[in-house]
Amino acid sequence: MNDTLEVRITVNDSPIVLEVPLTETLLTSLRDRLQLTGAKRGCNQGVCGACTVMVDGMAVRACLSLTANCEGQSVLTIEGAGADPAIAALQDAFIEAAALQCGFCTPGQLIAARALLAQNSRPSIEDVQQGMSGNLCRCTGYNRIIDAVRKAAQRLHP
Amino acid sequence: MSAQFESVGRRIPRIESREKVEGRSQYIADLYRPGMLHGAILQSPFAHARIRGYNLAEAIAMPGVRAIVTGEDFAEPNRMGAFIKDEHALAKGKVRYVGEPVAAVAADTEEIARAAVQAIRVEFEELPALLTPEEALASGVHIHEGVEGYFKVLDAGSRGNLCSRTEFAEGDVHRGFGESDRVFEHHFETQAQAHVAIEPCGALAELDPQGRLTIWSANQSVFRVQACVAEALGLPMTRIRCLTPRIGGAFGNKMEPHVQPIVAALALKAGRAVKLVLTREEDFEMVRARHPFKIRVKTGVKRDGTFVAREVEVLLDCGAFADDSPGVLGYSLLCARGPYRFPHVRCHGRLVYTNKLRFGAFRGFGNPQVSFAGESQIDDIAEALGVDPIELRLKNILRGDDRALGGQILSSNGLRECVERARDASGWDQWCKGGAPSPSAPGKKRALGFALCGHISGLLASGAIVRMLEDGTVVLNVGANDIGQGSDTVLSQICAEALKIPLENVAFVSPDTDGSPFNWGTTASRVTFMTGRAVVGAAAEVEKQLKRQASEMLECAVEDLELVAGGAVAVKGVPEKKIGFFEIAKRSHWFAGGPIIGSHTWVYDQPTVDPKRAAALGLPFPRIGAYSFSAAVVDVEVDEVTGAAQVKRVWSACDVGRAINPLLVEGQIEGGIAQGIGFALVEEMVWDGARLANPTLMDYKIPTTCEVPYEVHSIIVESHDADGPFGAKGVGEICLVPVPAAIGNAVKHAAGVRLFKLPLTGERILRGTLGKT
Repeated sequence: MNDTLEVRITVNDSPIVLEVPLTETLLTSLRDRLQLTGAKRGCNQGVCGACTVMVDGMAVRACLSLTANCEGQSVLTIEGAGADPAIAALQDAFIEAAALQCGFCTPGQLIAARALLAQNSRPSIEDVQQGMSGNLCRCTGYNRIIDAVRKAAQRLHP
Repeated sequence: MSAQFESVGRRIPRIESREKVEGRSQYIADLYRPGMLHGAILQSPFAHARIRGYNLAEAIAMPGVRAIVTGEDFAEPNRMGAFIKDEHALAKGKVRYVGEPVAAVAADTEEIARAAVQAIRVEFEELPALLTPEEALASGVHIHEGVEGYFKVLDAGSRGNLCSRTEFAEGDVHRGFGESDRVFEHHFETQAQAHVAIEPCGALAELDPQGRLTIWSANQSVFRVQACVAEALGLPMTRIRCLTPRIGGAFGNKMEPHVQPIVAALALKAGRAVKLVLTREEDFEMVRARHPFKIRVKTGVKRDGTFVAREVEVLLDCGAFADDSPGVLGYSLLCARGPYRFPHVRCHGRLVYTNKLRFGAFRGFGNPQVSFAGESQIDDIAEALGVDPIELRLKNILRGDDRALGGQILSSNGLRECVERARDASGWDQWCKGGAPSPSAPGKKRALGFALCGHISGLLASGAIVRMLEDGTVVLNVGANDIGQGSDTVLSQICAEALKIPLENVAFVSPDTDGSPFNWGTTASRVTFMTGRAVVGAAAEVEKQLKRQASEMLECAVEDLELVAGGAVAVKGVPEKKIGFFEIAKRSHWFAGGPIIGSHTWVYDQPTVDPKRAAALGLPFPRIGAYSFSAAVVDVEVDEVTGAAQVKRVWSACDVGRAINPLLVEGQIEGGIAQGIGFALVEEMVWDGARLANPTLMDYKIPTTCEVPYEVHSIIVESHDADGPFGAKGVGEICLVPVPAAIGNAVKHAAGVRLFKLPLTGERILRGTLGKT
């Protein structure tokens, strides 16, 4: 339990070195060590998606990822995502479509949507429903999230 | 939207949107304080047991442990409870449900705190566990010994395990049933539903240099937190300051206290800041949930469909503590008649303590349960009489001078418009003539279903302070938490409208019990209606002071002045003769009159019961609120092989008085529908004996993008309530209330089976179609 490992990772374009216990999750490292609290802990079990971040371009559940396994990888969180044109387009579209209410799941939704758009630049309604089904929202009923993702896609690939 | 308004009626995205999409919002788990400790809670392994003693030695000896609290740290009279003071912050003398907080530790890290609670030894003496209301009513074992002596804010009739009972009666139901041509009677059951705000509950408490407690928490009312912590710790309210971070959804489970009193006690004992955020499992096991109901509905009608008499009897599982339950019982009975003319009504019920998690407030407050029962039965009556279910309802809805159950006058009534617009938009009439709502896929059956409900917005007190700054902009301070629904935006719009200033000239103050005016809470669909009206009142006071200043500056009578758009006071009919807020604010601060501050407070004041019309026993809310209405049509597809029902489309017409911000009103309607679909089809808390069997999101499913239809039509009906700000009423709950019943009615039409028990799972529907209910 007390064994630690030195891990070299890039977080939001900054290279850093962390000394972490082998069992520490990426979510804990981000939130408690780096004070990057944009990724949220909703279930700590990989179900709700509120902790979704990008690791080497893939959307992952930070609560299920061990920091020790991220050696040499590049992590993108919502705090560092604004420079990404797709994230910026999604952020604008989420605001305009009122695709957020309490906002707790929103960072995870945005990162998941970014990953979806990387795979599918013009998703249909069903594509978004399938692609985002792992990100729970208890406030909106999802239809505005779907609209926002498709609106952002349209702007990015007119 | 009316043309004369600049801010009211505009579709404005919530004002804190940018902060939220950039991940900069701070929720309780995101807050840190210097030297902060971390808390953890020991939960009861027993449903019902006496606590014979504690051995804390091993836990205290662990390095990094700074404080431990148990029930012994809370003095005997210091019990909390919105209606009945029956709950200590930590189990004292007895545990009453599996998962109840028994002890708590503050330590240098969360890991140490969690290890330390496991090192606490508690000696229990197990008692018989009473897990159902029927069992508890029959038992001589009492979950609360001496409930009769607890302090209560209502005449509850508490005795033994009976927590409270309520009854409303109008006319004479026995005579009514005698005068009816047909009488229908059915029994219904609804399940426990978990709130599942994606943000789990948590709190952070610290002592300021004066020794006062400062508490941040996931909450729906900083004032409820302050009052409950004061009660639990036996402290004067002056010793406690409550603040709020952003709230990650609530839906009722953050209205009454969760861990705040425990964290406050740890901070006092440790003399340091302490933060504790529940895990998802703990949040499921120790906060609260929607009440399971057993409901008997008996309705008498004339051959022509005229409603004559209705009797509704409910039995509620209270769980181990009263919490908001007496209110839920009373309110559900008030809504159980439905928004219909019934000369003879009797609604009565009981609330019974059991050895389970407390049940409490959850969006709809008992109304979704009784409406599922009542609206299911009305559809069956329509079928038995051979009439269209919507026509039957239209024949009997409240109109003209008709009153709510109890006799309260309806200050606005958009019922008929709700029904007609939902009916027309959904193509109901064509469907009734045999047109399918949409072609059914092979092996699937598809049909529409309808339901209609009323729900209040209101209750208790709210206030507002509008303060003009030196540059003529204003600060709006209301003490009302925005839990995600958008009230910061809506109240700012109301303030901007009342003063005819741009929205960006209004700053919104985060609630703070030291500086904000009292607001009972973000609950009961009340913030737009109650706090909005306080904002209008405070702005009117500011307007009066502005005009007094301007009359001196322009040398004219106050009566000759009016506010004009853009932040100025002008002479009526001479718009060029005006003076801006900037000049007036400067003069007030530095020369004459004093800085401009307007305030307004009020308490909802229309009586629930008119004693000339109705009799009431155990009334929890003497003054309840203005009624909103909603009609829902759902298009449901049932799989003939699996029985699974899926909602394909929804039309929801909600009478909201006036939509201050239609974009946010639609957001409430869509979110309420999704939660209603979850309640109807998917969600159920299941107990394995005394233990909650599914306290994880793995095992307790809430609707995802795949269960909620994309096609949702929100229809806003504006009935212009004379008591509301710019005519507005609430929408937060009414949008959910008819949804489960409408789904049940659609399943009946699609699969030909009436189910009396929620959730309507594929298995239950399939068994029903096979005649094996």
